[in-house]
Amino acid sequence: MPELEINNRVVSFKKGQTILEVAEKNGINIPTLCYLAGAAPTGRCRICLVQVEGSDRLLTACDTPAGEGMKILTDSPTVRNARKTNIEMLIASGAHNCLIMDQSSKNWTENQSKIMGQPWHNIMCPSYGDCRLQDLAIEYGVRADDLELNYEGHPLDDATPMIVRDFSRCIGCGRCIQACNEIQVNRAIPEPYGPRKDHSQGWYPLVDYDYCTHCGQCVQVCPTGALFEKKAFGKAAANEIKKVRTTCPYCGVGCQLWLHVKDNKIIRVSGVENAEPNHGRLCVKGRFGYDFIHSGERLTSPLIREKDGFREASWDEALDLVANRFKDIIKKHGPDAVAGVSCARSINEDSYQMQKLFRSVFGTNNIDHCART
Amino acid sequence: MTNSFSEFAKAKMFFVIGSNMTEAHPVAATFVKNAVMKGAELIVADPRRHALVDHASLYVPIKVGSDIAFINSLMHVLITEDLYDKKFTNSCCVGFDELKAKVMEYPPERGAEIAGISVDLLKETARRLASVKPAMLCYTLGITEHSCGKNNVMSVANLQMLLGNMGVECGGVNPLRGQNNVQGACDMGALPNVFPGYQKVVDPASRAKFEKAWGVKKLPDKNGLMIPHMMEGLVDGSVKAFYIFGENLANTEPDIRHVEHCLESAEFLVCQDIFPNETTRFAHVIFPSAAWCEDDGTFTNSERRVNRVRKIVEPPGQAKPNWWIMKQIAKRFGHDWKSDSAKEIWDDEVSVLAPSLSGIKYYRIENDGLQWPCPNTEHGGTCFLHQDGQFSCGLGQFMPVDWTPPREVPDAEYPMVLSTGRRLYHYHTRTQTGRSGGLNDLLGEETADISPIDAESIGVNHNEKIRVISRRGSVEVKANVTPRVPKGMVWMAFHFREGNANWLTNPVYDPETLTAEYKACSVRIEKIFKKKGRIPFSF
Ligand code: SF4
Ligand code: SF4
Ligand code: SF4
Repeated sequence: MPELEINNRVVSFKKGQTILEVAEKNGINIPTLCYLAGAAPTGRCRICLVQVEGSDRLLTACDTPAGEGMKILTDSPTVRNARKTNIEMLIASGAHNCLIMDQSSKNWTENQSKIMGQPWHNIMCPSYGDCRLQDLAIEYGVRADDLELNYEGHPLDDATPMIVRDFSRCIGCGRCIQACNEIQVNRAIPEPYGPRKDHSQGWYPLVDYDYCTHCGQCVQVCPTGALFEKKAFGKAAANEIKKVRTTCPYCGVGCQLWLHVKDNKIIRVSGVENAEPNHGRLCVKGRFGYDFIHSGERLTSPLIREKDGFREASWDEALDLVANRFKDIIKKHGPDAVAGVSCARSINEDSYQMQKLFRSVFGTNNIDHCART
Repeated sequence: MTNSFSEFAKAKMFFVIGSNMTEAHPVAATFVKNAVMKGAELIVADPRRHALVDHASLYVPIKVGSDIAFINSLMHVLITEDLYDKKFTNSCCVGFDELKAKVMEYPPERGAEIAGISVDLLKETARRLASVKPAMLCYTLGITEHSCGKNNVMSVANLQMLLGNMGVECGGVNPLRGQNNVQGACDMGALPNVFPGYQKVVDPASRAKFEKAWGVKKLPDKNGLMIPHMMEGLVDGSVKAFYIFGENLANTEPDIRHVEHCLESAEFLVCQDIFPNETTRFAHVIFPSAAWCEDDGTFTNSERRVNRVRKIVEPPGQAKPNWWIMKQIAKRFGHDWKSDSAKEIWDDEVSVLAPSLSGIKYYRIENDGLQWPCPNTEHGGTCFLHQDGQFSCGLGQFMPVDWTPPREVPDAEYPMVLSTGRRLYHYHTRTQTGRSGGLNDLLGEETADISPIDAESIGVNHNEKIRVISRRGSVEVKANVTPRVPKGMVWMAFHFREGNANWLTNPVYDPETLTAEYKACSVRIEKIFKKKGRIPFSF
């Protein structure tokens, strides 16, 4: 196996691996913003810069192939400075008001109030505390002091029910494009043509709604607060959220999802990365079809029919009634005069219990479910 | 599914028939599309030019209900052109001669004519299928929801055996299960003929095993009724008490008017659900139950993977876990069941009684689930079945089948075919999606999808209301004029009560599986004329 040196450590690699992949394999962290596992690297954000001996410029680790004998530095002062400058440029490109906090007092309030006056900015950025850009700014000690912040003239798209696209916080990393075109393959966000485009050229990852399936994969991968779920807006701060893993209740794919929960309520849902079967992907139902459980129309009490309507009853009364009527009917007409349909939506254990009830207690095999639809 | 989703992204060839994957199983479809981007071939056979067709290398627009004729002719080509897998058919399968004799009755001309495609396209399909090995065959309800559903299923299995695509990675016969836990409900024995783990109720040894486990004297020894027969039983009085758990039969079964009549006839109807719905209206007692997120448990997905489901909140009001409710009823019959949580039911009962699930315990599925068969706790689960040609009953059995047309075929009075299915933004009768903010905004009403040609012939525009009429009933619904639907077809869903396709569908069933023919019945469409009177000027 060929070898190279990272931070003075000799490591081996496989041909075809990128510098980023080799570093990851060996537990060396290189920060990234635009890199998206499963999609072709673009080198857009220039945060993964590394120093390679013999090269007169810094190289992007995500799309530079590892080479025999390379000597790579991932955390040298040169590298750190370059990354810091790039992070500063990204911060300055938009309305990242979380870090305006770090400005000197002379124009803090002015900037803050300008930003808070924009649509969807009346609360702190919805990604506060759960933002790659913010993490990096803190890690690299970026100060917004001397930056001219550009918070005007960015498009805002909040016309659809699920997702707000606030391009005043977009850093042009292109992850949403890749998630849409290469992961979900919905091809709803057209690729920019020609050489790499960014905001200075008036380009934004706008959506073509003839193709969008509202799967929200773009939101899941967006490293900033540019894309966020409408239903979750203003409901919880990142540090109040508890994540619980579960399985999607809709189709037979059985996607694994994270419920983001606060006070026993689902705030939002995301796909579990690196998990079978969905590897972080979800569709519109799995991602957005969760709030029915909190509906006010739920059945909350046993009900017994009375003339034209129903009246509420205690569990004991309702259960006694059902048990007695079933006993009567079985006594008079035999066990095969009762039948039951189980639920293909509910958990295995419920279906097990129901067939056990019918077979071992009622004494009939008249138990079925919508197996064939 | 004989194989797994994780194989999709690696596969080299797909044959997708009767599956609108991008809408019904969207995430599964993403892996197919990824494979296509990496160069895999995708052949789609479907009456509708659905969104997956946009990614296909070959699209075969077969007519509704022509599957068996089409597949028999494909096999005819494979055999006569010597393109099939001789080694596999000789060593791993039996019944080749019978199959050959049957498919020889289906020369390409016959299959092509029935399927409404050209002979060349049919031959091309067969040759392409044979050109890449292995190929994954995927289907959904487009295969099963026919009066010949069972034969359709045997037909696709025949094809995959003939091509030698069974028992290999990235091959197999892969039905994508519709609902999240249909696979699980089957595995659990919520079927009239089997105990958990597909142990037959007519087998004395199985009964003895469950009698001992459940501490009862005598378990019933004959197969029970399937849903359509239960419904008939309600009307003819042979079924008196009916217990419906979590199904909205009044909207999901074919021919709503008939279904409602059946439900009305029940002497005693118990419904157990999370919301009041069209079916609970007929109940005598309604039990409120815990929903998803309100109980711990497991679902089993299409690839036989048992996944955990977790509780985050107590059920509202008096609502209770479903297993708890059933346990209380058993108690009133003098049965004291020990298990007191879903975990105890699974770990102490299900996994003990179903051999293929023995190795699956809650502690093993904290993260990724396990795929059955998983016979012991050292076993890592099974990604694909029938490895190396080992079918569960020894050798793979070819099952020659004949094509039969749908029970109702277009005629002068009802000249179009109605086919039904699900759409992306909703699930079934919307008890859940309809109450999840935003989804109704994405799709707020039912439509009837028709071709531009048919729209023009009755003179309606896109989004104009039309009347769709079958022998069962009629609905008024907006026309969605789209080139994805061929001439002569109406395509509808059953998500909304109004304009629900099941006012129209035909309650005829596959004789064995009793699956209803949701995919084919005959209808006609009409323009709705405004009330007589002066037509106001409009500009
Ligand atoms: S929601 Fe899905 S389809 Fe729409 S733009 Fe985002 S990734 Fe693409
Ligand atoms: S919207 Fe988000 S993911 Fe898309 S380019 Fe902008 S920052 Fe990146
Ligand atoms: S997220 Fe979509 S594809 Fe995945 S299980 Fe749920 S409904 Fe199916």
